[in-house]
Amino acid sequence: MTEHTVKAFDQELQDLVGKIAEMGRLAEKQIAGAISALSAHDTELARRVIAADARLDVMQRDVEELAILTLARRQPMAVDLREIVGALRLANALERIGDYAKNIAKRLLASEPDTAPAAAVQSLKNMADLVLTALRNVLDAFVRRDLSLALSVWRGDKAIDAAYSSLFRALLTYMMEDSRNILPCTHLLFCAKHIERIGDHATNIAETVYYVVQGVPLMEERPRGEVFGAV
Amino acid sequence: MNEIALALPAHPADLAHAMRAGKNLEGPQATLRSVVPEKISVRNLSFFYGENQALHDVSVPLYERQVTAFIGPSGCGKSTLLRVLNRIYDLYPNQRAEGEVLLDGENILAPAQDAILLRARVGMVFQKPTPFPLSIYENVAFGVRLHQRLPRSELEGRVESALRRAALWNEVKDKLNAGGQSLSGGQQQRLCIARTIAVQPEVILLDEPCSALDPISTAKIEELVSELKDDYTIVLVTHNMQQAARVSDRTAFMYLGTLIEFDRTARIFTSPRDRRTQDYITGRFG
Repeated sequence: MTEHTVKAFDQELQDLVGKIAEMGRLAEKQIAGAISALSAHDTELARRVIAADARLDVMQRDVEELAILTLARRQPMAVDLREIVGALRLANALERIGDYAKNIAKRLLASEPDTAPAAAVQSLKNMADLVLTALRNVLDAFVRRDLSLALSVWRGDKAIDAAYSSLFRALLTYMMEDSRNILPCTHLLFCAKHIERIGDHATNIAETVYYVVQGVPLMEERPRGEVFGAV
Repeated sequence: MNEIALALPAHPADLAHAMRAGKNLEGPQATLRSVVPEKISVRNLSFFYGENQALHDVSVPLYERQVTAFIGPSGCGKSTLLRVLNRIYDLYPNQRAEGEVLLDGENILAPAQDAILLRARVGMVFQKPTPFPLSIYENVAFGVRLHQRLPRSELEGRVESALRRAALWNEVKDKLNAGGQSLSGGQQQRLCIARTIAVQPEVILLDEPCSALDPISTAKIEELVSELKDDYTIVLVTHNMQQAARVSDRTAFMYLGTLIEFDRTARIFTSPRDRRTQDYITGRFG
């Protein structure tokens, strides 16, 4: 894209994208940390994840401040306006994603070590890997304005939904088999739901990227995975 | 059945007019709801200043009782287009227009068109306020006298109502005999709008009406424009994109004498179709 006549405006937009990218990296790190802590029952790591969440909150406020200032100062139009609105939405989504990572870490602190079925923990890790890839891709799509990458993330949420449904069934089975599984599996179920929600945020971000680039909302019906039982 | 009834224009005359006008730029999705009659249809208009061509084959509809804004960099032809709409260019030698400008279906460029009558139907307000060196009252009465002989009481009524519509009455009612040039810039511009309204035109052309005004006077003029569009078709040329975004229903972007893009204002300022429009409105031009 050609530059603005006012160079400082370009700088402000670049700063916004830079801040979002930084928030994105931290959010990814938080999810990865929470999942590692969960699978290794690493309470020290879990505490660090919980503490680091405050940083994401601060960054979100930074983005909001810069966005509002830029709106007031430049009265942006068209693609610039969409980009700033997009940055606001992304900052919200990433802050929320950080909360989910923090909640996973908190659940770990509330649960006993080595009580959850190892296979279920592994499935949760696999699901988290899918979500992390989706998040990384959709953030790349935002920074690079890559429409096809954003759309592939948007369509890929089906696999995450499927992984969640399958884990949901597995956890139910563990709980029915042995009532001692109920407490650890319930914790895992909440963690799985958090991860599934992070996946939904990734698809929302994909929709925002589409809007920023195309100027019209993504109207197509999104393919959804089967969601078993509760959603 | 009910849906169709709801989609019809509020007034039967509007529908009839819409049917006569027949066409509409909204594309195949257009429903009856979006059929707005064209008050003026500019068709294949070219304009020349001597040898210099300032407009190239411009076609654009100006919808009835809507505000249409023309934006574009200096020299793009937007003011030239405005000058054609009431044939004010007639006053200058070596200027000529080709193509058609239909006002209610009649070509105003036709030689038979009476320019004085036309200017009574299509009023114009200029960039710099142009009060005459007369009293406030006489400034407004002047145009009316040019076109009509009214009894004094009726003329007074006409002046008062024009000043009220131009949101100036309360500020000047106690000093109607004071000179028009004693008013502030913003008041002078509203006086010029009152002078235009007093003639009871159908179309009002505004050429950069706020460029010489402070923000408060600008806000008053903008508020006035949104009130006036209930009764008049308004064409606004402005350099202020936020102003176009705030007050207009349709926006046309012009560049180098051609019409680049014409669309609903909301669309132009959030997601224009043409790259040149986008570059201009986002400040990336040149």
